[in-house]
Amino acid sequence: MANIQLRNVTKSYGAAHVIKGVDLDIRRGEFMVFVGPSGCGKSTLLRLISGLETITSGDLLFDGQRVNNVLPSKRGIAMVFQSYALYPHMTVYDNMAFGMKLAGSSRAEQDARVRKAARMLQIEHLLDRLPKQLSGGQRQRVAIGRAITRDPRVFLFDEPLSNLDAALRVATRLEIAKLHHEMSDVTMIYVTHDQVEAMTLADRICVLRDGRVEQVGTPTELYERPGNIFVAGFIGSPKMNFLRGRFAAEHACHTLGVRSEHIDVVAEGEGPWTGRVVHTEDLGSDNYLFVDLGAEEPVIVRQPGKVAIHEGAVVTLRPKAGMLHRFDEDGLPVQRPLAAE
Amino acid sequence: MTTTATGAAAYAPDRGETGLQEQRARAAFWFLAPMLLMLFFVAAWPLLRSIWFSFTDTTLNNLYGGEWAGFQNYLTWRELPSGRIRWGGTLADPAWWNAVYNTVRFAVISVGLETLFGLLIALMLNAEFKGRGIVRAAILIPWAIPTIVSARMWGWMLNDQFGIINHMLLSVGLIDSPIAWTARADTAMIAVIVVDVWKTTPFMALLILAGLQMIPRDMYESARIDGIHPVRVFFRVTLPLLKPAIMVAVIFRLLDALRIFDLIYVLTPNSSATKTMSIVARENMIDFNRFAYGSAQSTLLFAIIFLFVTLYIWLGRVDLTGEGRR
Repeated sequence: MANIQLRNVTKSYGAAHVIKGVDLDIRRGEFMVFVGPSGCGKSTLLRLISGLETITSGDLLFDGQRVNNVLPSKRGIAMVFQSYALYPHMTVYDNMAFGMKLAGSSRAEQDARVRKAARMLQIEHLLDRLPKQLSGGQRQRVAIGRAITRDPRVFLFDEPLSNLDAALRVATRLEIAKLHHEMSDVTMIYVTHDQVEAMTLADRICVLRDGRVEQVGTPTELYERPGNIFVAGFIGSPKMNFLRGRFAAEHACHTLGVRSEHIDVVAEGEGPWTGRVVHTEDLGSDNYLFVDLGAEEPVIVRQPGKVAIHEGAVVTLRPKAGMLHRFDEDGLPVQRPLAAE
Repeated sequence: MTTTATGAAAYAPDRGETGLQEQRARAAFWFLAPMLLMLFFVAAWPLLRSIWFSFTDTTLNNLYGGEWAGFQNYLTWRELPSGRIRWGGTLADPAWWNAVYNTVRFAVISVGLETLFGLLIALMLNAEFKGRGIVRAAILIPWAIPTIVSARMWGWMLNDQFGIINHMLLSVGLIDSPIAWTARADTAMIAVIVVDVWKTTPFMALLILAGLQMIPRDMYESARIDGIHPVRVFFRVTLPLLKPAIMVAVIFRLLDALRIFDLIYVLTPNSSATKTMSIVARENMIDFNRFAYGSAQSTLLFAIIFLFVTLYIWLGRVDLTGEGRR
């Protein structure tokens, strides 16, 4: 329900500059994911938006109004914390009603809102329990439910899945995606260090590094047209292969990037690269070959299904035409076309 | 697959595992043994011995010559020729009951004040400010000073002739003439409580501070986003979460306060307004050469402390589960 705009926002703790001038537009009803390696400032940025931290300089606008000095509770936000932040001495019901109760809303309204949120998240049967009687996934749902009862304009998630095990993480990810569809007019901002979460949940992703925005775009844009070598390496699993030296020189660039699924294994003589398979990883659905081409690191090649190529085999590789990413010395994409193409 | 499965079954690690369990239990026992041995010699043995003494007629000059005397040290009665019954023993001794009253009054008031001040100081120390480390260390100083030293120090400060406290109160006009704080019956207990509070509040503050730091920060942040007033957060979130820490701190202090001896022995010797159970027991055992009688009082002191602590834990537990079910 709110457009959020950041105008040259910075945050410093004494001499440490954590956020170094961020400009960002988050649209109404959008699911925006902040992603980046640890220490990139993504959580700090979220906390600046929530008002839990004060902005050092720059402007934060909600629907065009400057909210830099507005109390967190007056911003119309709700936040889901990584550690859930449930009150251990209160039941699920009380946890969800706590904010409303002290805000002085009527008992009937409290009850209606708590029950509605509980129904959305299928935690109605847990309302009388204490947090310690719940599993991690249930606690996270309660935390989300508590945020829903606030009826926020903006929903903030601070790494909500990182305390869950892998299977629960996938299930809860689906829940959050569903929630986004059901509350389509609520703006959601989600912080994660996991690029898979970012790719699967986001309408748009904001990649951060070292307190700066590296690139903002839809998951597809980021995947297909990374704005620089950092984004190229950060988005996608396994990591994009980077080749320098003669491999890059052939394509008139400093670093050549190619994703593992964009390399084919071909018959001898039909591809430009030849190397020995030094390691294989069989994931059932896919097979990853680690091929030593004589570059700095082995090149990872993704082969769908079962492939009868074993360690020690010598293979010839051919990158798919048009799927190469070329970067210059500064890590920026090379714009001019290849002479050969 | 089948072969490996049966292979594993044939390995039957059952016996091996119990063996390991036994080994662990044995190792644990040997680690505990020195402690158990020490506890026996410094706690259990003296305790049992003094309980034994309390049922004999032992005197200080003949520690091993005491003979069984039953409950004589606790309660005796004799019918006088006039028909009146004359009671004897500790339980009929007004000095003893005065000591019980003094001890309980002292313990309740001083521990109450220490908890209150300790909580306030802990809340202050939990806030972020410059020089917090130094303040935390400084606040420990009263606790670090040996009781005898601080009792002497306060004794001088409270002195009626030369004491700085009288001097200060006189110069601001709060009192007209110097007060002999430690000697007067109506102020002696106040003096003792003030010194004890001064001395042990830091201990309370640190224990509560440890509890405060266990409360996750995002609990408060969540409350901030909900816009809950800090005072309400304190009573609805902080205090309930701090309760276990406070309970433990209070029980430590209560145990200490109920057997208070050194402070009173130095600060207000021989004042019946402050004589506690420990003081009276020692007096009988050593000064009056009524060793068995003093032992009976020590035993009663132990029983009273035991009762207090049991009651406290029991009531505390009931309260806790009551809260848990809201």
